[in-house]
Amino acid sequence: MQQIGLLLASLPDGILLGFVYGLAAMGLTLIWGVMNVINLSHGPIIALGMFSTFFVFSRLGLNPYVGLIPVAIVGLLLGVLIYAVAVHRVINAPHLSSLLATFSVNMIIIGLGTAALTTSPYNVDFSAGSFKLGSTTLLGTRLIAALITMLFTGALYLFLYRTRPGKYIRAVANNRAAAELMGIPSTRILALSFGLGTMLAMVSGALIATFFPFSILAGSGYEMKSFVIGVLGGLGNPIGALFGGMILGVLEGIIPAFLETSWVPVIEFALFVVILLVRPTGLFGAKK
Amino acid sequence: MNRKLFVLLSALVLASLVLSACGSPATEAPMVETEAPVMTEAPVATEPSMPAEETVVIGFTSSLTGSQEVSSKRQVAGFNLWMQQVNDAGGIKLSDGTVVKFASQTYDDESNKERVQELYTRLITEDNADFLISPYSSGLTAAASIVAEQNGKIMITAGAAEDDAYKTGNTSLFQLYTPGSLYLISTVDMLKTLDPEAKVAIVHENDKFSTAVVEGLKPYLESQGFEVVLEEGYASDTTDFGPVINKLVESGATVLLGGGHYPDGSTFTRQLFERKAGLKFISLLVAPADSKFSELGDAAVGVATSSQWELSATHTQEEAAVLGKEWYGPSGADFAAAYEAATGEKPSYHVAGGYMAGLVLQKAIEAADSIDPEKVRAALEAMDIFTFWGGVKFDTTPEAHGLQVGHAMVVAQWQKNEAGELVRQVVWPADVAIVPPLYPIPAP
Repeated sequence: MQQIGLLLASLPDGILLGFVYGLAAMGLTLIWGVMNVINLSHGPIIALGMFSTFFVFSRLGLNPYVGLIPVAIVGLLLGVLIYAVAVHRVINAPHLSSLLATFSVNMIIIGLGTAALTTSPYNVDFSAGSFKLGSTTLLGTRLIAALITMLFTGALYLFLYRTRPGKYIRAVANNRAAAELMGIPSTRILALSFGLGTMLAMVSGALIATFFPFSILAGSGYEMKSFVIGVLGGLGNPIGALFGGMILGVLEGIIPAFLETSWVPVIEFALFVVILLVRPTGLFGAKK
Repeated sequence: MNRKLFVLLSALVLASLVLSACGSPATEAPMVETEAPVMTEAPVATEPSMPAEETVVIGFTSSLTGSQEVSSKRQVAGFNLWMQQVNDAGGIKLSDGTVVKFASQTYDDESNKERVQELYTRLITEDNADFLISPYSSGLTAAASIVAEQNGKIMITAGAAEDDAYKTGNTSLFQLYTPGSLYLISTVDMLKTLDPEAKVAIVHENDKFSTAVVEGLKPYLESQGFEVVLEEGYASDTTDFGPVINKLVESGATVLLGGGHYPDGSTFTRQLFERKAGLKFISLLVAPADSKFSELGDAAVGVATSSQWELSATHTQEEAAVLGKEWYGPSGADFAAAYEAATGEKPSYHVAGGYMAGLVLQKAIEAADSIDPEKVRAALEAMDIFTFWGGVKFDTTPEAHGLQVGHAMVVAQWQKNEAGELVRQVVWPADVAIVPPLYPIPAP
């Protein structure tokens, strides 16, 4: 009985957190879906998003949610820059080349971040209140983060399905050669896709910073979660990533009700292996 | 194409020859250093009044990056202060006229055990460190202690409270901190006087140090009649304590004991406050002992920690006289003033621990009247002194060689002073307490 109570208490929290995990994973899976690149700089980019919230809130004194718009723009531009500098030349090379290229970007961001910001934990002392829901306390920051994630997901969906550049992205993801034959500027579209993936990673980091402390190294944990979510939801399927994120969030919420918290990563990664073996296209299907 | 390749290869060969030529003096450098005493001896023969000077190299790694960064940097700052003071004072003068001065050799271990082993090997074999100081944290120290013991190098372990390393037959390690198994004993004693009916939850980081603390804590709690309603470990990189806090609330616990290190401890505290966990008392390891903890604001109010040393309850020469112990080193006020002058900050126990590592070595060299490692080892084994840090005495039995047996801890708690500022106050033991403990913690 006590465990059912605990389960009910932890479930809403897990779902809310899962939304933000989903947003982070959406960035990773979008890049993979469009250009078959596993972006190993995803983690530090999430960390940069976290620091952007810190500077917006703690240094500029602005509401962290107001800062999301400039953060998104900076994320988009940063992604385009990373694509142009590190990814474009290896886009048609074997996967190892793009892995190494994005890993190099990962090391550069971490190195610069460590020099400038150290690896000390930072904290955004921001509160959006909390309220009781049955036996659980829901934090306002998590609720707002989940709502913003839904907004971003909806906007991304509309962008991909209702706008010309979005349709170009889907066309390039589907068949780059055919898209080029139709006159679609694939290089620009690939850069835009990388920019969008980076933007989503930065925004998710900015939201995570409102409820968890962070350092320049903090993104690696969320990068690993993004891989698990990507596989759960289907690599290359952004909407699947959102659901994958929610599944992971729920697991993180309910596993501690029955087992020690330290079992959470064990079960998460066991699930990762099982999904890869049993349903490699993910629960919601990978990109066609 | 082949010609280009040939030119490239030739250029590479030429470059490597130039580099190796440039590199040779560097590889020979240690030889020059070992010959240095001969150079210093020569003038002594002609000018007997000139004392010989020996430079003792102390090797250690520090975590300039990674999870142990905050506390490790403080430890190193304390050690550096000691080294600067002793060198500025002219070093240690031995009876044969030799003046011993100190130099340090250090690397960033990135809070990484594998790197610690690699770097301590380098400190011993390449840098020829004479003595070693441990890195910060029990986990990193356990890794370093294996290398130190294998090479027979004396290592003063600061910032490492776990007991196990001293119970495996090691003879080169000397622990400065009160052992982990005794860490929360004072807190339990205090709790016994405040609320003997308290229901206790133990939630701790799953690392060597915190686990060692809990292994000593749980039986002691039970022996004092407390009910332990929850015992839970969490991974070191945990950021979401929501599920743990839900479990804590469901268990009906009124008191939380546990924690681990700075990153997890500060996160845990913040989330306990945000979720209005409603606990009467919280004591966490390490994190609340750092001045950075006050950045948590109201979430820090009432959070206690077991502290190895607090400036407000620093040990004194009078205390040493009452206990019949030999007093050694500066007063707590002098140490704190020197540190504050150097850094602008008040020292935490991690700073004091780093300083004490040097001070203990200094005392051992003075007592041994030599820098010979075996004589210094014997002096450490015989040491029984009292300093601003408190007692320093090492177990010399084969079962627990080097374990600290002379040092006691205090309980400190974050409270608001009359001006409404957050300050860490000593609340236990009663004879050194500055203010009474805040119990229960006011609801947020």
